[in-house]
Amino acid sequence: MGSSSRAAIVGVAESDLGYTPGKTVLQLQAQAARAALDDAGLQFADVDALFCAGNWAWSPNLMLAEYLGIRPNYTDATNIGGSSFEAHIGHAVAGIDAGLFEVALIAYGSTQRSDRSRGRGRGRDKSGPYRLTEQYEGPFGLPTPVGAYALAAMRHMFEYGTTSEQLAEVAVATRKWATLNEKAMKRDPITLDDVLNSRWIAEPLHLLDCCLVTDGGGAVVVTSAARAAQTRKAPVWILGHGESHTHNSIANMPDLAVHQAAVASGRAAFAMAGLTPEQMDVVEIYDSFTITVILTLEALGFCGRGEGGPFVSGQRSAPGGPFPMNTNGGGLSYCHPGMYGIFLLIEATRQLRGECGPRQVEGARLALAHGTGGVLSSAATVILGKD
Amino acid sequence: MPAQIPIDSDSDSRMYWEGIARGELRIQRCDACSRPVFYPRSICPHCFSDQLSWIAASGKGTIYAYTVIHQAFGAFAGDVPFVVAIVELEEGVRMMTRIIGGPRERVTIGAPVHVTFESVTEDVTLPYFRLIET
Repeated sequence: MGSSSRAAIVGVAESDLGYTPGKTVLQLQAQAARAALDDAGLQFADVDALFCAGNWAWSPNLMLAEYLGIRPNYTDATNIGGSSFEAHIGHAVAGIDAGLFEVALIAYGSTQRSDRSRGRGRGRDKSGPYRLTEQYEGPFGLPTPVGAYALAAMRHMFEYGTTSEQLAEVAVATRKWATLNEKAMKRDPITLDDVLNSRWIAEPLHLLDCCLVTDGGGAVVVTSAARAAQTRKAPVWILGHGESHTHNSIANMPDLAVHQAAVASGRAAFAMAGLTPEQMDVVEIYDSFTITVILTLEALGFCGRGEGGPFVSGQRSAPGGPFPMNTNGGGLSYCHPGMYGIFLLIEATRQLRGECGPRQVEGARLALAHGTGGVLSSAATVILGKD
Repeated sequence: MPAQIPIDSDSDSRMYWEGIARGELRIQRCDACSRPVFYPRSICPHCFSDQLSWIAASGKGTIYAYTVIHQAFGAFAGDVPFVVAIVELEEGVRMMTRIIGGPRERVTIGAPVHVTFESVTEDVTLPYFRLIET
């Protein structure tokens, strides 16, 4: 079955989530890493490869490895935004396949929300100095990333007739999943009208079309098939993966109505796995904004181009619906500490293990986790399965 | 008007910003493949030639995408609401800009626009666009 002989996810965990003013970004990652290794039945001493992505140090890998007391033989700081962790999975599989290491720890953490409330936020909404290619966009004041996604949403509406109501369907369905997840930050049910009546951030995106701003961390442990046989829980096999990036700034996106990085990453992942979108039992799709989900569903082939709006209408992705998606409550309602991709992997793994309690998708055997980074700039897709 | 918009121009962009200051919108054209290039670069992103020439764009184009910003930060916080757009120039390249002047209801994808050079701070002039009267 695809690359199932090569590598598996054997441990996953979150740190404290939401608002964690007493914790540093190192503590959040240490907490998640320790819990993920415990989930796998492995020790810090077993880790021989480290994967990080963060903006909190000039070299997150060096600082985190030192803090955790690990000395990896292989290190990867690939940072392509929120999709970094899905890309790390692909890189970890390749490294394990090449015999370069055996136990990979992927870690992420952010204190974005606490930093903001302390007035120490250093978001991307800075007002310069605009250097290198930033100088052609920054001076116009587009808030990043939301303004860029708004431009894409407007273009998608123009080309395909996508409506604000269809965008709102994603937010409402995702909130329903969050009501079933006690770790989710926003658990009060919302209606389509709540989304449509929430204030504008960047037209056509309302406040409730936008992901949360939270603290939090996560960790994922990947190991070889041989080692996976000795871990605590049944392995979740990595059946396929793919990654791509197409641009950095939104004015350079080839076509604002097509998530071309996701077209490429999805095609590669499905081809490697020998599977098709229709075969996925549960999907975790990066939902930085509601439009991100619609663009991604089209790009991955779950529906045709321009059909993403109708595809999510009628609460098809809500609990009990025919297309279970973002079952933890997503970046829209569960948590979103800056780069959310690692939480997609955590939830997909838990769904395949059957650990999700009231939000469990019954009989889930195949799952997809898809990260999108930057301003629809990068994408990485991972297809997972259980025996 | 924003208090400060610091731009670190460089040897790729100097000709561009000099043009803006003189009321001329400059883009590049590749000498090898003849394709227009924006933003300015030392190498053609289409054919990797390092021979690019500056040309004056007509300053006319159409709105490719736009958004109305209702929440902004830093130097731009006081500007809301304002319209940011990606404009496709007649020459075939796209650039980010703002659409200024009215009427707001005529700001739509496909609407024809022309460049206008706006002094936004003491030091900085930016290429904004206005709707072309039809």
